[in-house]
Amino acid sequence: MRTSSPTRQALTYTALVVITAFMLLPFVWVLFGSFKTQSEFLHSPGAWLPESFQVQNYIQLFAERGFGNYMVNSIIVSVVAVLGNIVFSSMAGYALAKLRFRGRGFIFPLVIAAMIVPYVALFVPQFMIVVQLGLVDSLAAIILPVLVLPLSVFIMRQFAHSVPFELMEAARIDGAGEARLFFRIFLPLTGPGLATVAILSFLASWNNFLWPLVVAQSQDTYTAPVGLAVASQASNSISFGLLLAGAMVVLLPILILFLFLQKYFIQGVATAGLK
Amino acid sequence: MSITATRALVAPEASTRRPRGSRKTREGTRAEAVAAWLFLAPFLVLFALFTGIPAILAIGASMTDMKARDIRDPLGVNFTGFDEFGRILGNPGFQGAFLNTIMFVVLCVPLSMALGFALAVMLNNGVRRLRTVFRAAAYVPVITNIVAAAVIWQYAFSITGPVNNSLGGIGLPQPNWLGESGWAITTVVMMGVWRTAGTCMILFLAGLQAVPEEVLEAASTDGAGRWRTLWSIILPLLRPTTLLVSVLMTVSFLNIFEEPYLLTKGGPLGSTKSIAVWVYEQFGFGNISASMAGSVLLLILVGIVAIFQFRLLRPKH
Repeated sequence: MRTSSPTRQALTYTALVVITAFMLLPFVWVLFGSFKTQSEFLHSPGAWLPESFQVQNYIQLFAERGFGNYMVNSIIVSVVAVLGNIVFSSMAGYALAKLRFRGRGFIFPLVIAAMIVPYVALFVPQFMIVVQLGLVDSLAAIILPVLVLPLSVFIMRQFAHSVPFELMEAARIDGAGEARLFFRIFLPLTGPGLATVAILSFLASWNNFLWPLVVAQSQDTYTAPVGLAVASQASNSISFGLLLAGAMVVLLPILILFLFLQKYFIQGVATAGLK
Repeated sequence: MSITATRALVAPEASTRRPRGSRKTREGTRAEAVAAWLFLAPFLVLFALFTGIPAILAIGASMTDMKARDIRDPLGVNFTGFDEFGRILGNPGFQGAFLNTIMFVVLCVPLSMALGFALAVMLNNGVRRLRTVFRAAAYVPVITNIVAAAVIWQYAFSITGPVNNSLGGIGLPQPNWLGESGWAITTVVMMGVWRTAGTCMILFLAGLQAVPEEVLEAASTDGAGRWRTLWSIILPLLRPTTLLVSVLMTVSFLNIFEEPYLLTKGGPLGSTKSIAVWVYEQFGFGNISASMAGSVLLLILVGIVAIFQFRLLRPKH
């Protein structure tokens, strides 16, 4: 590694600190803003810091604005979506990478092609299908389209290639059945792939916005982001304090996960982007 | 705009076919084929129901006169061919949205890539301390919930918000960030860059780490300075990464929806309305066929970029 002059080092760090500030300022604003009282937003709306740390926004959010219910919905949607993605994408990825059958060569290009279709082209027909299934305004309707994402299948297929064929052939010769091969040989060797899928599908379902906005039509089925967006669009009647507290609550689960699993998050992007 | 959805498209499809003639290319057994279809079944059913069939329906609906009331009984619509496409291409609202989308691509893609590249270079050499902190900070906006982020930006950039408060404090003008066309575009672009620079950084970092140390040492022995090395050695070696990131970002910003929809509702006066926002609006108005025709045109734009990408990134041999 080449060494840098102190001046150069100082310049680099200055630049990094400035960029980091740009990236992190919104989190500072939301943290402090969510503790400002309603009256503070009227008399000093531009103050960065609250006069004192009041938690009334958070209390009101859950006690009067039904945010607890939205959060429960979001958690159900995300947990089911993560489980679905783990199970179904590992099955599909395994079949696509490791099993020989007629038609295999044509499924995968189809999946890739589908991934470029802009989402705004899909939500209306998806809504028509959900209407036919009688699922409008249900959590099931919110979950189904993200239950196994093409991206997850794509990732599991990539990870499946790292499982050696020889290992599977050996097990086959020993008389292991297809199910046994999958559970005993394949799954234990694809842990990092499953972790990546879990994180990306959690992000996709927790952050999903347009589809739940379209399909959730009553407050009983709102997810947290939908509840927040609907509240913010009626922002004449609701204070910034409440909205910022809501934003904080929607942000926290992902920030906490990111703090602990940073490596997997970043690996996920690199994998999905480069492989 | 969904990054995860488009991320995989940039993957140069690695050839997964095994070498012919080897033992492994033997025909699979019947049991294997049955198992394969069973393993694939849940995915295929959901994929057909929520991606495959909808994609076909979208194209179909764009050639009809479908309105909101037809959603429950889609068979009652009339086939109108390409009429709707002609109509929306002549519609000033759609034309504006089209131009705005191109503008977002032209502004956001280079800015986001430049910021991501600068971060990657700085983090890849020269920084020891706090490296993971800087990297995490740049990446957090990527995973942040967009609705929450938009609420924060609306508060921060409101006329009397913290940003203007600070600008006023040091004697600078206090623009109407969200209420005046030029500033609204600026704010949406800033937010778009804020949300995507981290992705560019990670991809560039991966690319930089693949540059062989010996090459850099050779350059340094030959007396090449830092800028010279960056310009003449690193950038050319990074060409595949750069192409990949630019395609990924172009597709992302062609699809831009949440930033303008949540921050400015596409306003003021439609100045930040993207194609995706326009499509969603038409859906809200009940103009299903117009909405679908708009989204098919967006699909064509994305498709052109994707084909371009597959050509450029296809492995050379």
